[in-house]
Amino acid sequence: MFFQIAIDGLLTGMVYALVASGLSLIWGVMDVLNFAHGEYLMFGMYVSYWLGFLMNIDPLISWIASGIFCFLLGVLTYKLIIQHCLTGPPLSALLATFGLSMMLKNFALNRFSPNFRILTGTLLDGKRIILGNIVLPLPQLVTSIFALVVVFIIYYIIKRTRLGWAIQATAMDKAAAELMGINTERIFLLVFGLGGLCVGIAGGLLPSYLAVHPEVGGLFGLIAFVCVAMGGFGSIPGALLAALLIGLVEALSGFYIAPVFKYVAVFGLYLLVVMLRPKGLFGW
Amino acid sequence: MVKENSKKKDLLWYFVIVILALIPFIPQVAANSFTQHVFILVLLYASMSQAWNIIGGYCGQVSFGHSVFFGIGAYGAGMAVVKYGLAPWPGIIIGSLLSMIVAVVISYPCFKLKGHYFAIATFAIVEIFNRLFMVWYWLNGALGLDYPMMKVGWKNFVWYRTKIPYYYGALILFVVIFSIVRFIEKNRFGYYLKAVREDQETAEATGINSTFIKLSAMALSAFLASFCGAFFVQYNFRVDPPMVMSLQVSMIFVLVTILGGAGTLFGPLLGAMILIPLQEYTRVYWGGLGRGTDLILFGFLIVLIIVRQPRGIMGIINEILKYRKTKKIISASSEIN
Repeated sequence: MFFQIAIDGLLTGMVYALVASGLSLIWGVMDVLNFAHGEYLMFGMYVSYWLGFLMNIDPLISWIASGIFCFLLGVLTYKLIIQHCLTGPPLSALLATFGLSMMLKNFALNRFSPNFRILTGTLLDGKRIILGNIVLPLPQLVTSIFALVVVFIIYYIIKRTRLGWAIQATAMDKAAAELMGINTERIFLLVFGLGGLCVGIAGGLLPSYLAVHPEVGGLFGLIAFVCVAMGGFGSIPGALLAALLIGLVEALSGFYIAPVFKYVAVFGLYLLVVMLRPKGLFGW
Repeated sequence: MVKENSKKKDLLWYFVIVILALIPFIPQVAANSFTQHVFILVLLYASMSQAWNIIGGYCGQVSFGHSVFFGIGAYGAGMAVVKYGLAPWPGIIIGSLLSMIVAVVISYPCFKLKGHYFAIATFAIVEIFNRLFMVWYWLNGALGLDYPMMKVGWKNFVWYRTKIPYYYGALILFVVIFSIVRFIEKNRFGYYLKAVREDQETAEATGINSTFIKLSAMALSAFLASFCGAFFVQYNFRVDPPMVMSLQVSMIFVLVTILGGAGTLFGPLLGAMILIPLQEYTRVYWGGLGRGTDLILFGFLIVLIIVRQPRGIMGIINEILKYRKTKKIISASSEIN
C-alpha cells in the first residue's frame, strides 16, 4: 500500500515539476512572480478539453495546441502588461498578474460555466499496468513521464544551447548581457513564452484524468510557487526535486493523516525546509 | 521650518477628518444606504491597509499573511458573540492580543527569509491557517459563525436599521490607526523602520536591532489588523474561513496600499478611495449579469491602473509636486540672474 501511494505521489509530483519549471524560468530571469500561472494551466486544459470534446482529438496530440496557445498567452502577457510594470516598484508586476489571473479565471467562468469537465474515451482511458500489487493507471503514467521529459528538455536548452546561455546571462546581469549584444527584451519575451509553453503542455495532457474547471489553476499555481521557492531561486533541478517531494508528502499525508491536512503538510514542509535553508534546497 | 511644515500637514489632516465626519449629513449619502456602505468599506480598507503599511510599506517586509490576523480578530469577536453570548468587546481584545502573539511566533522564523522567499512563506501560512480553520470544530469549521439577533447599540456594536453608527465606528478606527502611524512616522521608531527597509545590514551596523524592530512592527500591525477584522465581522454579522482568511483577502490589502503608494501616510486612503468604489460599483452594475462579469472588469481595471502608473497614485502626486518645486527653483534662479 505504501508503495502504491508513494508512486501516485511521485507521478503527481512530476506534473507539478513541469508547471513549476515554467514559473521558475520566469522568476529566475525576470524576478517576477507570475500569479496568472495557474490560470495559464487552466486555459491549457480547456484548449485540450474542447479539442477533445468537439473534434475528437486525443490529448496525446492536442497538447501541442495547448502549448502553443499558452506560449502566445505568455508572450501577450509580457507585451501588454509586464513590460510596462518593470519600471515600477518590484510588487507592481505581481499585482498586475494578480489582476490578470482574476480576469482570466472569471472569463473562463463566464464562457465555460463552473462545471467540472473531464474527457472520456481517450486512447489511454481506463488502461493500466499492473506490477505485482501496484496499479499504474496509464493516463497518469504517460502524462507524468511526458512532463519529466519536457522538464529535461527545458533544462537542456537552458544549460547547453546558445539561447540558454543568453537566458542565463540575462538572469545574472541584464546590463552586462546587453553589452554583449544580447537583445534582453527579446529574451524576456521568450522566457515568458517558454514559461507559458511548459504549463500549456502540462495542461494539454491533464484533462484525460483530471477534471477541468475555472478554479483548477489556483491550487496548481500555489503549489508551483512553493516548489520554486523550495527548490531555490530559478533552479530547475531544485524545482524538480521539490515538486517530487511535495507530491510524495501530499499523497502520504493525505492517506496516513487525513485528506484535509494534506496541504497543511505540504505548506508546513515548505516552511520547514526554508527555516533550515533560507534560500531553498538548491539556492545559494 | 520643519515644525511649521508638519503643522501645516496636520491642519490638512484635521480638515480631511472633519470632512469625513460630515459626510453622513450630505442628503444624498444619508438617503442611500449603499453609498454609506461604500464609504464604510473605504474607511475600513484604508485602516486595514494602513495597518499593513507599517510592516509592508515602512519596514519593507511584504507580507501576504495579514488575512490571518484579520481573521483571528474577526473570529475573536465572532466567538464572543456566537459561542459565549457576550458583547464583542472582550473577544476583540483577546483576539487582538492572540493575533499579536501569533504574529510574533510565526514571523520570528520567517524574518530570516528575504524577498520572495518571505512572501511565499506568508502565502503558505495563510493556506495552513485557512485549512485548519476549515476543520476546527470549536470554531464551527467551514460553516462559520452566524450572528444571532442582538440588542442594538454601542454595547453590542450592532445596528440593523441604519449604517450611520457603523460609519462613525469605521471613522474612529481610521483616525486611531492613522494617528498611530502618523506618530510612528515622525518618531525614532519610524526612522528605524525605514532604515531596515533601505538596507538591513547597514541598519544593523549603526546599532539597530533589526529583528526586534521588525518583530515589533509586525506585532503592532497584526494588533491593528485584527481590530479591523473585528469591525468587519460586526458589520457583516457572519464569518467563515474563506471570507476573512484567504489569499484573495490578503491581496486586497496589498493592492490597496501599493496602488495608493506604499510607505506613505496618504497612500492607503487614496488607494482605498479608488479601489473599493471600483470593486463595489462594478459588483452592483455588472454583478447582476452573473458569471463573474464584474470580476473580469475589476481585474481588467486593476491591470489597467498598474500598467498606466506602476508607482501608484502617490507616484503621480509626487511627480506633480516635484515638477512645481523645480519650476519654482528655476524661476528663482532666473530672478537672481
